[in-house]
Amino acid sequence: MVTAGIDLGAKTIKVIILDNGNILIRKIGLAGFESKKAAEDLFNKALSDTGIKKEEISEIVATGAGKEEVEFATKKVTEVTAGAKGAVFLFPSAKTVIDVGAEEGRSIRCDETGKVIDFAVNEKCAAGAGAFTEAMARALEVKLEEFGRISLKSTKTIPMNAQCAVFAESEVVSLLHAKTPKEDIARAVHDAIASRITSMARKVGFEKDIVLIGGVARNAGFIDSLKREIDMDILIPEEPEFVCALGAALIGKK
Amino acid sequence: MIANYGYKDGSGEFFIRIDTDKCDGCGKCVDVCSSGVLEVRENDFDPLEEKMIAAVTEEHRKKIKYSCAPCKPSKGYTTLPCVEACTKDAIIHSW
Amino acid sequence: MEKEYWKWKEYNWKDEDIDWKTGDIISAGVDVGSVSSQAVIMVDGKLFAYSNMRTGSDSPESARKAMDWALENTGLQLKDIQYVVGTGYGRVNVPFANRTITEIACHARGANFMYGPTIRTIIDMGGQDCKAIHCDERGKVTNFLMNDKCAAGTGRGMEVFADLLSVPIEDVGRMSFEVDEEPEPVSSTCVVFAKSEATGLLRKGWHKNKVLAAYCSAMAHRIVTLLERIGVEKDFCITGGIAKNIGVVKRLQKELGVDILETTYDTQIAGALGAALFAKALIEKSRK
Repeated sequence: MVTAGIDLGAKTIKVIILDNGNILIRKIGLAGFESKKAAEDLFNKALSDTGIKKEEISEIVATGAGKEEVEFATKKVTEVTAGAKGAVFLFPSAKTVIDVGAEEGRSIRCDETGKVIDFAVNEKCAAGAGAFTEAMARALEVKLEEFGRISLKSTKTIPMNAQCAVFAESEVVSLLHAKTPKEDIARAVHDAIASRITSMARKVGFEKDIVLIGGVARNAGFIDSLKREIDMDILIPEEPEFVCALGAALIGKK
Repeated sequence: MIANYGYKDGSGEFFIRIDTDKCDGCGKCVDVCSSGVLEVRENDFDPLEEKMIAAVTEEHRKKIKYSCAPCKPSKGYTTLPCVEACTKDAIIHSW
Repeated sequence: MEKEYWKWKEYNWKDEDIDWKTGDIISAGVDVGSVSSQAVIMVDGKLFAYSNMRTGSDSPESARKAMDWALENTGLQLKDIQYVVGTGYGRVNVPFANRTITEIACHARGANFMYGPTIRTIIDMGGQDCKAIHCDERGKVTNFLMNDKCAAGTGRGMEVFADLLSVPIEDVGRMSFEVDEEPEPVSSTCVVFAKSEATGLLRKGWHKNKVLAAYCSAMAHRIVTLLERIGVEKDFCITGGIAKNIGVVKRLQKELGVDILETTYDTQIAGALGAALFAKALIEKSRK
């Protein structure tokens, strides 16, 4: 049975097509300002790349902040449901799933079947999401990929006072003016967001194993800060941004 | 005076409200708070009068959503320790 | 170098009709904000001179500069001032201050002076915070809330938009009314998300002015929701930099349905003015 999962996030769209649990294709593209059309284009591209016809797909499951815009979806599920499902599929031992995307952060407690027990969300505020690190990288004029990497070189803890991303940007600039090394600023930024994600996750508690998903899970600096903050090991899938799309496709299989 | 400490951001409104006319600065709320959110300090909102009042610390003022989380209903509390400890009914949490 | 649209002009002022030499009490207040700093000098409780400047990265230096500029051409020297109160976000960094007082108390006191004893509700919209204050007829605080955690509803948020749209900050208010019809407010509270929303609107073909209108109205709405917590009692006034932005002020007035009192004083000096008034009161207290 062939199913598809589409995760229309705030920044990117992820498409996965599954054939009985085997991934046939993974596709990622920018959502842009015409996300409805972008989602359709990306899905059609995935179809033509695999040679599968739309009619052959028994269920197309949409998730993500823009799931309502995916008109061709046969089913819609929340990001929380999809994230837990996908994470448990990849790591059957997962009990806590932390999902940090471009504009939202989530912490989910789930059982061994991937069913959600409890969750906490941080949305509508950039301070607890990937947008925060992105804005800081821009202020430092460092590429996002580079930003995570240089953070690992720092051994110094500098506190960041600002909670808000806009205020933090000015703080980063004044740190820079005070000749603070970029590595140390990068670490301060990652520590700040890791501390907020941890505070949010504490509401639902931490139970091993902990899995980190979402685009921000590609950021080595953030992972390092988060590990230090929660003082526990964290499992990270190979393609962390696709986990919600995967979960959605798996839900379609049932 | 009613002092509202906290904030409103995209995710909601989080305020601790202290009625400084009722507060006598006894400090019981400070002792029961496990997160160290409260302190007793001089009422600097009225510099011409000298009175000690309970207030939210500078450290926690902008993160009470998180700092107060251990005492919120999801953790099994039905009443908040700081509110309970105040014999003058001077403290209210807004969320 | 790129033009920085958010930058506003610095200035100073003095009352030529006052001769400080005949004064008994000379007091001063310095408000070191996150974005701007003001120094106010008063002679016997009358406004004598003031300055308004941008806060630099060094707060003590900014405080000193603001004070020097207020003193400029007055013939006064810092040593002639009997008492200085520091206030604002950087108040602990006013090296020559005799004491510091929270900006909430100072704003209430300053507004009481600027608008008269009937003022009950003050909204102060500063560079990095937004304060809602109730006070009594003496300018004593009776209720307040301050939001300095989030940039939404602050001058900084407006600066981000001025920069995004390449519009000088002083022109934002006027331009926001040059639209065919009033658009829906920007829906995101968070400035970072509102910025991406605005970029999307521009790509859709919205005119700059329409985007400004949508943001001014979002900011007005944001203040209204903050005010809900403490309520609005007449008379009502707005202080701080955003009081100069008619795009926000007029929309706020419309949404609240309450008249906003006007003043001939500069709305940005309320905090420093209040501090100078406290300085005077403290001198008087010590003489008793």
